[in-house]
Amino acid sequence: MDSDNEFLDNVDSGNVSSGDEGDEDFGMDVDPASSTERQLDTEEYQYKVLTTDEIVQHQREIIDEVNVVLKLSTPTTRILLNHFKWDKEKLFEKYFDGNPEEFFKCAHVINPFSKGTEAVRQKTTRNHPEECEICFSLLPPDSMTGLECGHRFCLTCWREYLTTKILTEGLGQTISCAAHGCDILVDDVTVTKLVPDTRVKVKYQQLITNSFVECNQLLRWCPSVDCTYAIKVNYAESRLVRCKCGHVFCFACGENWHEPVQCRWLKKWIKKCDDDSETSNWIAANTKECPKCSVTIEKDGGCNHMVCKNQNCKYDFCWVCLGSWEPHGSSWYNCNRYDEDEAKAARDAQEKLRSSLARYLHYYNRYMNHMQSMKFENKLYASVKQKMEEMQQHNMSWIEVQFLKKAVDILCQCRQTLMYTYVFAYYLKKNNQSMIFEDNQKDLESATEMLSEYLERDITSENLADIKQKVQDKYRYCEKRRTVLLDHVHEGYEKDWWDYTE
Amino acid sequence: MLKLFKKTKDKIPKSEIIIEPKELKTPPLSKCGKPLLLDNTRWERRLHKELMSLIKEPPPGVTVDTESVQQNLSEWKINIKGFEGTLYEGEDFQLLFKFNNKYPFDSPEVTFIGNNIPVHPHVYSNGHICLSILTEDWSPALSVQSVCLSIASMLSSCREKKRPPDNTLYVKTCNKNPKKTKWWYHDDSV
Ligand SMILES: [Zn+2]
Ligand SMILES: [Zn+2]
Ligand SMILES: [Zn+2]
Ligand SMILES: [Zn+2]
Ligand SMILES: [Zn+2]
Ligand SMILES: [Zn+2]
Repeated sequence: MDSDNEFLDNVDSGNVSSGDEGDEDFGMDVDPASSTERQLDTEEYQYKVLTTDEIVQHQREIIDEVNVVLKLSTPTTRILLNHFKWDKEKLFEKYFDGNPEEFFKCAHVINPFSKGTEAVRQKTTRNHPEECEICFSLLPPDSMTGLECGHRFCLTCWREYLTTKILTEGLGQTISCAAHGCDILVDDVTVTKLVPDTRVKVKYQQLITNSFVECNQLLRWCPSVDCTYAIKVNYAESRLVRCKCGHVFCFACGENWHEPVQCRWLKKWIKKCDDDSETSNWIAANTKECPKCSVTIEKDGGCNHMVCKNQNCKYDFCWVCLGSWEPHGSSWYNCNRYDEDEAKAARDAQEKLRSSLARYLHYYNRYMNHMQSMKFENKLYASVKQKMEEMQQHNMSWIEVQFLKKAVDILCQCRQTLMYTYVFAYYLKKNNQSMIFEDNQKDLESATEMLSEYLERDITSENLADIKQKVQDKYRYCEKRRTVLLDHVHEGYEKDWWDYTE
Repeated sequence: MLKLFKKTKDKIPKSEIIIEPKELKTPPLSKCGKPLLLDNTRWERRLHKELMSLIKEPPPGVTVDTESVQQNLSEWKINIKGFEGTLYEGEDFQLLFKFNNKYPFDSPEVTFIGNNIPVHPHVYSNGHICLSILTEDWSPALSVQSVCLSIASMLSSCREKKRPPDNTLYVKTCNKNPKKTKWWYHDDSV
């Protein structure tokens, strides 16, 4: 394996599956038992990453498959397929059991088998000049053209009409005939023939490709900015997919991979956060005051253990709860849980703060906290790479230093999972299983914070072998806690343990 | 000994950052109102032809204010009479048509103007008209004449003189150009 690629992505081409997610084992160095990915997801989810050309190619294949049966013209089939959101089974079903008149009418296509079409064709073979109803010019028939509906306009007017629709209105597959009240659609071959300008043609091609991907249930554009790949699946499901650009997301909803919470709750949550953005802005702010000396403190790393840099203060505290770090550090990390009793006391003290808001803020705060830490940890990759190079100049081989990168990988995974556990927990009703879940969450949270802290502090007093052993122990423990938590949530989905508040 | 991670930044008091507001510069407005585009002669020819046929064979109750058109081919005033036997019998209304250089591929902007704005469930008191062929259902094969006919028939079929239910709010908040409004077309049966 090429070392440069390790920091980008490990997907080469063609078929990829979630089975190899995060699987960067380096033979001798890794204990297979502790590094295995969560087993629940190992049933293969087949998908393909398609380039724009492959999307166009795929489109043609579907058209051809349908045409083997229907034997219509390619442009007509394309319009029909688009009407049925590229679901060919649905198209066949409607085609074979409905009445053909109705079938073509709904798809805004002239029935190619109806006799009227012939009449139109004959009419248009006449020889005398015709008047274009748009520019009012009298023109020879060969300067006039139209669709099967029989509405004819001059070539110049068609060109301007289509150009306006494409460039100004951004229409592609849904441009209808220029005649008033006529809903017959202009097919792609006609558009390409009538519009000579390459710029407009390119735009048109983009528009129809875009509508193909967007209305097709088995395709999704990679949501990453500027990425032009699309993911193609065999059946649509909430599953992890990894684009060739490296972006990992949920196929069903397009959001970042959000295990263990389900798409619908995440969607609700994101909407809620947007609606409440004013309340949340102040919480999301990246600064807090030292609870002891009130110096403003900026969080610049992912770890929640803060030390006030005011030399006269040096207070050790927790970024999340602003409480002293002492109980956190020695016992388990203690601020993941929205303790009902404590909340009640807080409510009594501040009656102004409505309990629902307080509850929301509790989860929101923790959700945002992990999201922000994750951003910092992505920066950590750069510094890790540098460290690994330094280590190689000392006494370790390339393979031997991979544990550091692996540690950051796992740290990011855990943060991402934790972040979404707060969305899950926010909508969860309290029961015995939800309490087990909260314990798992607490365990994962403390394990993650310990790993994060260890990676961020200067490690000077130990030798490399010791450091390696400690880092590995910590990330293996994190992985284990993450697996336990996710397995439990999944078991709950299967056994219907989860009750929701809404 | 090897230092694994070096903090790049100390946790120090965050200094205040003052963002200076950038001066807003309004772009110079072009002196010539009409931007150049497409094929001006085709655009003018079509409008001329429409104008001629409206003057020669006007639909009943419709007259073009030729003086206004002579000043500016892209803005026409058109008078329209309330038909006999309708709620608007004996009333005179005036429509303003504005054409941009994409006409007829882009629809004309049409509003009632003057002191008599018809009281009608699809006409706002500022003269804006809720009529789908003026936006979504516009086709370049439609014309000034067909728009006038649609508006005349809209008035004729009215059974109760009243303003649209959202008139007050709409007039207060709408864009000056009715084409900028995202219309929810009122029930045509009114
Ligand atoms: Zn023409
Ligand atoms: Zn037509
Ligand atoms: Zn991508
Ligand atoms: Zn999802
Ligand atoms: Zn302090
Ligand atoms: Zn805390």
